[in-house]
Amino acid sequence: MHEQIIISGFGGQGALFAGQVLTYAGLKEGRNVTWLPSYGPEMRGGTARCTVTLSDEPIGSPITDSPTVVIAMNPPSMEMFEPRVKPGGFLFVNSSIVSTDSTRKDITTIQVPANDIAEELGNERMANMVLLGALIRATGVISMKSATVALEENLPERRRHLLPLNEKALRQGAEVVEKVARG
Amino acid sequence: MERKVVFAKPEALTDAPTHYCPGCTHGVVHRLIAEVIDKLGIREITIGIAPVGCAVLAYNYFNLDVAEAAHGRAPAMATGLKRVQPDKVVFTYQGDGDLAAIGTAEIVHAASRGENITTIFINNAVYGMTGGQMAPTTLPGQVTTSTPFGRDVKIAGYPLRVAELIATTSGAAYVVRRMVTKPATIASAKKAIKLAFQAQRAELGFSLVEILSSCPTNWGLNPREALEWVEENMAAYYPLGDYKVIDEVKSLK
Amino acid sequence: MAKILMKGNEAIAEAAIRAGCQAYFGYPITPQTELLEYMSRRMVELGRVFLQAESELSAINMVYGAACAGARVMTSTSSPGFSLMQEGISYIVCSEVPAVVINVMRGGPGLGNIQPAQGDYFQMTKGGGHGDYNVIVLAPTTLQEAIDLTILAFDLADKYRSLVTIIADGMIGQIMEPVELPEIEPPQRPEQPWALTGAKGREKNIITSLYLGGLPLEKVNLRLQETLEEIKGNEVRYAEYMLEGAEIVVVAYGTAGRIAQTAIKEAREEGIPAGLFRPITMFPFPYDRLDEVAKGVEHLLVFELNAGQMLEDVHLATRDRLPIHFYGKMGGVVPSPAEVLAEIEKIASPQRGER
Repeated sequence: MHEQIIISGFGGQGALFAGQVLTYAGLKEGRNVTWLPSYGPEMRGGTARCTVTLSDEPIGSPITDSPTVVIAMNPPSMEMFEPRVKPGGFLFVNSSIVSTDSTRKDITTIQVPANDIAEELGNERMANMVLLGALIRATGVISMKSATVALEENLPERRRHLLPLNEKALRQGAEVVEKVARG
Repeated sequence: MERKVVFAKPEALTDAPTHYCPGCTHGVVHRLIAEVIDKLGIREITIGIAPVGCAVLAYNYFNLDVAEAAHGRAPAMATGLKRVQPDKVVFTYQGDGDLAAIGTAEIVHAASRGENITTIFINNAVYGMTGGQMAPTTLPGQVTTSTPFGRDVKIAGYPLRVAELIATTSGAAYVVRRMVTKPATIASAKKAIKLAFQAQRAELGFSLVEILSSCPTNWGLNPREALEWVEENMAAYYPLGDYKVIDEVKSLK
Repeated sequence: MAKILMKGNEAIAEAAIRAGCQAYFGYPITPQTELLEYMSRRMVELGRVFLQAESELSAINMVYGAACAGARVMTSTSSPGFSLMQEGISYIVCSEVPAVVINVMRGGPGLGNIQPAQGDYFQMTKGGGHGDYNVIVLAPTTLQEAIDLTILAFDLADKYRSLVTIIADGMIGQIMEPVELPEIEPPQRPEQPWALTGAKGREKNIITSLYLGGLPLEKVNLRLQETLEEIKGNEVRYAEYMLEGAEIVVVAYGTAGRIAQTAIKEAREEGIPAGLFRPITMFPFPYDRLDEVAKGVEHLLVFELNAGQMLEDVHLATRDRLPIHFYGKMGGVVPSPAEVLAEIEKIASPQRGER
């Protein structure tokens, strides 16, 4: 496998952390991995994104202009990355705040009302995990189990109490995909 | 015939003849530092840092380990030397251009950190080595080769009072100003230098002794007139005194 | 040993700690600040020296002071800060004391931006400060290599009593990837009879970069040049990728080298015989090996994140015996492998390139 995944949103939406969970889980599964963030003033309230590479081979470039998977957490990310998804790839759209739909026929687009689901769970900050759950279920780039382990080992001490909620968010995201599959 | 030594060079000085001009007080201050180091028995654990300026060759005159710093950076270099060997005694020897112009940031922050080092600051109101240009401590109206009409404070700004400035830092333990114009003032300067080194030995923080010095060559005066000029003009703008002496230093003997 | 995920800046910091770095002095600047922050925690926990200086000028002079005492010492910075350090670096080199400086480059000139760039190549490899000197410059591509080269940097600094630099960039500083951190025995360091430790039971030591009169300084200059010759003889390092049968060889280092590697793999899949020559020591530059490599190929493509700086060394190495193409991006813009591939395609088949 050689997957390059871009997760992009506003600063504070948790794009970077979702990418770290994915990266860490990939490492647990024995893949070569890289995680490359956008950084600097961009982080302070502007856009935040990261590129995650999961590969069976040693990784050359950690950047790409044709990602195999994109999570667009906000409208600017949708605008920027929807055209770039590699044909045959996946696009996950946070439909709670992105109203546009993809017109592309050569990729799989999945609408996930991540903020709504997170709000129902009682914490809007879980939207990133909802989207990650959908990604895991639809693409299978990592297992749900690895994601859970990655969360357990990477949640900072002061957020430990949120572990069950994070896991629940992952599952709810996965269910969105299952519902789509059932039609 | 039996002979008794009544006067000798301090062990902390080498036999090298200095290059200083006749009447310059660098030599006097070198000797005072060396006498204090001998008296405290710290020659073998002391590291000096020479500046850029007339004292750039001080490493030839002190009989101890010496580094030669970049212009103004002696306090930073001293910080590095001292932090990795806190059991040693580290002092910088700096002139007014070195310390109060190009190295202002370094000296202020070393003092502010309470860096446990000692600075001997030679203030002679002029750049000596480069041939008599205006220093940050040149007096208003003073003629130098770069203030040929006298220092006009409207153009060149005002002289900087270093001891007063450094005394405002919380990290400073001992900050005083002295001069070396006659036996009594020299004895007082020596006492201050000794206390500064003792403060460092007792790990009390940053210590600085500013010494008003003469530069007959660049002032265009003979040695005697130059010393009088220090007393009459420099001491008037830069009053002698103790600007900061923390209680722990006061109790040092 | 298990691999752990680390951020580049932190991996370099931890490598320095394992190499026995006793003192760190630095000043915050993006994109290397995490290195300083990591040191502020770990060095203190280990009872070693950490100090945040008031400027890069001070930081490098603190490094100079600690190096004079014989300590294993380092600083890290990014391009504008590296410029400020040039004064101290020149003094350190002339004084022949060992130290390590990490430059996590960003876009320039001026304040530039904080994105990855390689615009400091000339400054790092050709001297940088005043006077006749060069320093060893090591260019990592991956984090594992960054770790290994950081450890090597301290040993080389000791061996040649000189300053050694790591030329990294914002991408290497910010990326996270799995690394193996070696367990290192306390370093075997050479004797340091020159160090300023107090003149106890010996003659006094002087460390200076001032040598008045012509002859004494010339003697130092000649000795420094002799050391550089020795370095050129012993320390040239490079990596090669898919050179077998290559007709087009890309020459790139650091982050650019990494991107080029992917582009070359894709070119091979398209049937274009491309390969990669990646210098690891930017000084000493692998002139001889590159010349040899160039003998068997049709084209060289130099790829850098600047306006063409290493390009000059490639010209020197090959004396222009074959076509040398250049592809560069400035301003912190990092091209994708696809863009580099397009350049390779242009060379392989000019018509195809003009899409």
